[in-house]
Amino acid sequence: MAPAVPRSGDAIFANVERVNAELFTLTYGAIVRQLLTDLEEVEEVNKQLDQMGYNIGIRLIDEFLAKSNVTRCVDFRETAEVIAKVGFKMFLGVTASVSNWDTEGTCCSLILEDNPLVDFVELPDTCQGLYYCNILSGVVRGALEMVSMKTEVTWVRDMLRGDDAFELQVKLLKQVPEEYPYKDDE
Amino acid sequence: MAREVSESCMDSLLTEIVSSYCNVLYATKPELAARRIEAIGYQVGHQLSERYTMERPRFSDHLEAIKFICKDFWSELFKKQIDNLKTNHRGTFVLQDDKFAWLSRMSGEPSTETRGSAPEAGNKAAETTGMHLYFPCGIIRGALSNLGIPCAVSADISNLPACSFVIRIKV
Repeated sequence: MAPAVPRSGDAIFANVERVNAELFTLTYGAIVRQLLTDLEEVEEVNKQLDQMGYNIGIRLIDEFLAKSNVTRCVDFRETAEVIAKVGFKMFLGVTASVSNWDTEGTCCSLILEDNPLVDFVELPDTCQGLYYCNILSGVVRGALEMVSMKTEVTWVRDMLRGDDAFELQVKLLKQVPEEYPYKDDE
Repeated sequence: MAREVSESCMDSLLTEIVSSYCNVLYATKPELAARRIEAIGYQVGHQLSERYTMERPRFSDHLEAIKFICKDFWSELFKKQIDNLKTNHRGTFVLQDDKFAWLSRMSGEPSTETRGSAPEAGNKAAETTGMHLYFPCGIIRGALSNLGIPCAVSADISNLPACSFVIRIKV
């Protein structure tokens, strides 16, 4: 059988079942709000959101691989491009751009100018220190871990904190080599 | 066109709300976990109903408001209307969705009956399904509360894959 052709983020998003983003956005907002009430410490909320994202990421990677037909990325640069152009698009309907590469090609930024998680959101002063979108960093980290890449994902810019975009720094810590019992083209 | 996200995003959030509250935050207190999940739904329903009724005249009675939930509100959320509405005309309404989206896509398929083989697993699955239903119950209660109708909402899944929401209006 001929290998399946990788599909663009737009093509996949056009074909998946979609829901009203308002429902999604408000649900996420309500979760953050309830966690702030229950956990009290902003730091704990950041952690819980990251953990939820991680749990989501390790599951979503399967859907991502199944629907995108992407082939093995040759390097981390390609991985980052695929996350930004295909991954974000097929789930959130927006694309990110990739920039700020370090010289080794192991650290870069995913930049989101449009982010459905924050529609209608304004943070009160009492939420200083909250990384509202921390679920996203968890998703990226979880998903990459499932394809053998240990990463550290941190927020560099956050529009809710007055920056001009959302910037997520993704740093490749370790790539665990996978052993396959078969060759790709067999 | 209204903005959309993939259905997996919403499903993932729902799964994580239930698992965070039931397995991590209130692992030993299922009633508290249930109340928190319901509260998250309430908040969402309250805000959505505010948005979806902005340009409408006030509802003249309870039935009008309930019909709005069955038709417009449900369509915004699930791209379909409630399939059957019953009332005893004394403040109780039963809204049946013949194929409720948030149940049909749940892992741990709730309809797999465990006939004697593994009652433990069956109970666990039923419990998880029950926990998932606090969220939509909260949404309905929040939406009606925003319309000035205080009520209690529960769910009945004895008729799977149909799901009935029972609304009891407080008088």
